[in-house]
Amino acid sequence: MMPEEVTSLEPPAKPFNEEMLIQRIRNGEHDLFYELIRPYERRVYSAAFAILRNEADAEDVAQEAMLKAFKHIRQFRAEARFSTWLTQITINEARMWRRKDHANIMEPIVDRQDEEGNYTPRDFADWREIPLETLERKEVRQKLAEALASLGEKYRETFVLRDMQHLSIEETAKALGISTASVKTRLLRARLMLRDLLAPGFGGTWSSKLFLAKGTKPW
Amino acid sequence: MVVSCEEVWREISNYLEGEVDASLRAAMEDHLRGCKHCTAVLDGTRNVVQLYGDERMFEVPLGFSHRLHRRLEENMPGNRRSFLGWMVAAAAAVLVAGSFEVARSSVFSRPELRSEHAQAGAGVPPDMLVIVSGDGKTFHAVGCPFIHDKAHIQTITAREALRQGYAPCVRCMKKYLTA
Repeated sequence: MMPEEVTSLEPPAKPFNEEMLIQRIRNGEHDLFYELIRPYERRVYSAAFAILRNEADAEDVAQEAMLKAFKHIRQFRAEARFSTWLTQITINEARMWRRKDHANIMEPIVDRQDEEGNYTPRDFADWREIPLETLERKEVRQKLAEALASLGEKYRETFVLRDMQHLSIEETAKALGISTASVKTRLLRARLMLRDLLAPGFGGTWSSKLFLAKGTKPW
Repeated sequence: MVVSCEEVWREISNYLEGEVDASLRAAMEDHLRGCKHCTAVLDGTRNVVQLYGDERMFEVPLGFSHRLHRRLEENMPGNRRSFLGWMVAAAAAVLVAGSFEVARSSVFSRPELRSEHAQAGAGVPPDMLVIVSGDGKTFHAVGCPFIHDKAHIQTITAREALRQGYAPCVRCMKKYLTA
């Protein structure tokens, strides 16, 4: 017989465990909700942030979304993934929040571009492979965050769900209420736009500064 | 199959996702071998996906989790914290009401006197038993000859007499008059 300790070492985010947790929460064990959402706290915050681009608003919306998920846990259907359902709630809450309180915020001009047209890269600088350790540097994370924030919302939210939260194309489409074809088009644009925004830095000036400062070479 | 730069750019995302068929993949790779620009675009796009895909890219604010749990706790039905909160609120309400009642009955409070001509007393021992009569305006020491309507007299504490607006009798309670 499998010792109990071994079972407890399994990661908590397994769908099987989730299903069981959800059932127990529905039956009144409300404290288990904290365990259910633990793996997704960061994800919910980042989804809210992708839309609102403001820490305080993103935190408020993340709280609202979690609260809503708890209150409506009975409406969750097992055929969907809990993470996708939670992300959908968060996206809806963030959009509502923005409509209600931040209706006047101007979206970047790229949002109004026709997403069907081809996107032509502007910069062909040779951007060599960047070691992930670079992310330890706050200034690098800052540059990446700024570039992301400058994208239009529809590109930003698609990119965040797919490339940062690692949802599948289908899950991203479901969470955003768009077709998988649109997800692919937006994703392509978002990736190419980000590359264009970051290439001058990573291909030239700040990458060499950063790497040389760190004592390593960029090649 | 031969593909142009534009076609490579259009498919770059799908290429990274592994979602292009074998013949297109071969054609793209053939193109990439001889095209510096497209190679730069592909490498850069791959870097974008790798860098942003790292969990270090998204920092949640300090204390986020704690605040989230507290907010949930406050809103969960029947949880200990909200029950305790309710108990504390109820106890506070009782205390406030109780202290209000004490204040109202205190000899130090200033109720409206039954007679506009009477003088309020001061320093009357609150537990001293005094005599009041039904429609009288003053309270008296036991045995005072100036008690009216002796058929409807009532013995109460000085505290209660003052609370009800009775004033000290100018004769038997002379020493407690303020003026």
